[in-house]
Amino acid sequence: MSATNGQVNNGVNVQALIDARAALTEAPAAAQFNWRATCTWKNGTHSHSTVKGFFGLGEEQKHKSTFSFDADHPEVFASEDHGATPVEFVLVALGSCLTAGIAAVAQHRGIQLRSVSATLEGAMDLQGILGIDSDVRNGFSGIKVTYDIDADASREDIKALVAQSQKRSAVYDIVTNPTNVTVEVK
Amino acid sequence: MSRCLAERAIDHVVLERGAVANSWRTERWDSLRLLTPNWQSRLPGFGYDGDDPDGYRTVPEVIEFIDRYARAISAPVQTGTAVTSVRGADDGYLVATDQGDWSCRTVVLATGACNIPDVPAVVASLPPGIVPLTPMQYRNPRQLPEGGVLVVGASATGTQIAAEIQRSGRPVILAVGEHIRAPRLYRGRDIQWWMDAAGVLDERYDAMDDIDRARRVPSLQLTGSPERATLDLNALTAMGVRLAGRLAGISNGTAQFSGALRNLCALSDLKMNRLLDAIDAWAAANGVDGTVEPPHRFAPTAVEDSPPLTLDLARIRTVIWATGFRPDYSWLHVPVLDRKGRIRHDGGVVASPGLYVMGLQFLRRRKSALIDGAGDDARDLSGHLATYLAGR
Repeated sequence: MSATNGQVNNGVNVQALIDARAALTEAPAAAQFNWRATCTWKNGTHSHSTVKGFFGLGEEQKHKSTFSFDADHPEVFASEDHGATPVEFVLVALGSCLTAGIAAVAQHRGIQLRSVSATLEGAMDLQGILGIDSDVRNGFSGIKVTYDIDADASREDIKALVAQSQKRSAVYDIVTNPTNVTVEVK
Repeated sequence: MSRCLAERAIDHVVLERGAVANSWRTERWDSLRLLTPNWQSRLPGFGYDGDDPDGYRTVPEVIEFIDRYARAISAPVQTGTAVTSVRGADDGYLVATDQGDWSCRTVVLATGACNIPDVPAVVASLPPGIVPLTPMQYRNPRQLPEGGVLVVGASATGTQIAAEIQRSGRPVILAVGEHIRAPRLYRGRDIQWWMDAAGVLDERYDAMDDIDRARRVPSLQLTGSPERATLDLNALTAMGVRLAGRLAGISNGTAQFSGALRNLCALSDLKMNRLLDAIDAWAAANGVDGTVEPPHRFAPTAVEDSPPLTLDLARIRTVIWATGFRPDYSWLHVPVLDRKGRIRHDGGVVASPGLYVMGLQFLRRRKSALIDGAGDDARDLSGHLATYLAGR
């Protein structure tokens, strides 16, 4: 996308976001969202998840279509590899959340983006999930995100974009801060 | 072990860095009582002969008990003798002490599993002004400044210390990781009575599917009190202690707790109920049912809807690290430690001929780390040791 009439256009409707912020400040109840997914076991480590409805702005909402995702493990784990591993989905979620945030913040700050790409790496010691060493955690020992950004801005301003995106990212918050999780069986 | 060696006429000496029962004299908090009832401290040729078999010994009473046993068996104890190194020698081992060296053909390491408090690295992130204390440094609540206390760890040590600090008027938040819930009394009997009678405490290390895991199981959430009270998380909540998840980290003066508290409590409830099921089955099969109260189950562990995930440490004056202990083998210069610093052994027979270890969690039996477990382990290991000496 290129700038038109000297205007910056990253494809983000900043005015709508600003209006929404004002509206939700007035009506905080409408800001209460509930995101949902369903997950159905297929076979082995293969599962099929869908995302369709969610709650927000005081009522049930729907995506334009049902999105679906297959998760599995690769053949080196003796699985059939029908999809990305669940931990790779976490990387996907983090990358897409931060990248969306970069576009929005850039739009708000009048910075034209030409290309943004991120590489995400999650380091993991399998001795954790395999129960070999109780001192090793199950999850990532660390996540590294590397951005390659071409934009009409100084390196400092681009770094500030990326920093602000982390500050306002839902997924960044979810992976960096604890969350209470309740799992029940019907 | 000294008693068993004497029975086999094996010449030996017991080296003690301080006085007999040194760790009981120097490393225990004031109000502690033994977690096992008086009748259960059975040593070879020695048992409880008082009038309160169901009571729990205070620390001075434990010291007196061990002292009396040492005298009763005329144990050749050399007190005030700190071992500074044990290393292999041509004909066995060379034991260096601050009172001179010993050459011996065999060595039994009876220094225990709880020499060094296992304080997590996150201690370095504590803001200045907060007093960190290990259970070995803790004596009583009066030692603490007024104000909030964070107790990290909810096994036997953490729960007992949390309870007495909360009672002192200092509000306690308890960071709860993996823990083992247990009632003090079940069907009118001490839980230790059930586990002893049903053979749970005698289960052997070589019959376990995963002995490494069995050895890592945290201590039962028990306390020894004259009231024979249960001290589980529900009891602590009723006292006003606030429960949080496992301490995940400390940054910018804020402690962060895991959001998995609900699951850890559910796991612990399930595990306790499996133990009670096994007890009920044993009682029914062994004609005990008529002599005890009927079976019942305890209320699940109550967890508030949204347990705290963060804690502003400005509200906290003291942190108690009840996060476990590990043995100190810094003086052991024999290549028998694994990459995690644990001693490699098969039921106490260490991977170096003539070297033995005792008093570790589930060494040979589930009861190995109890006073009551020392006798059977010593009988077995002294037998192995005698055979080894005879074969050389």
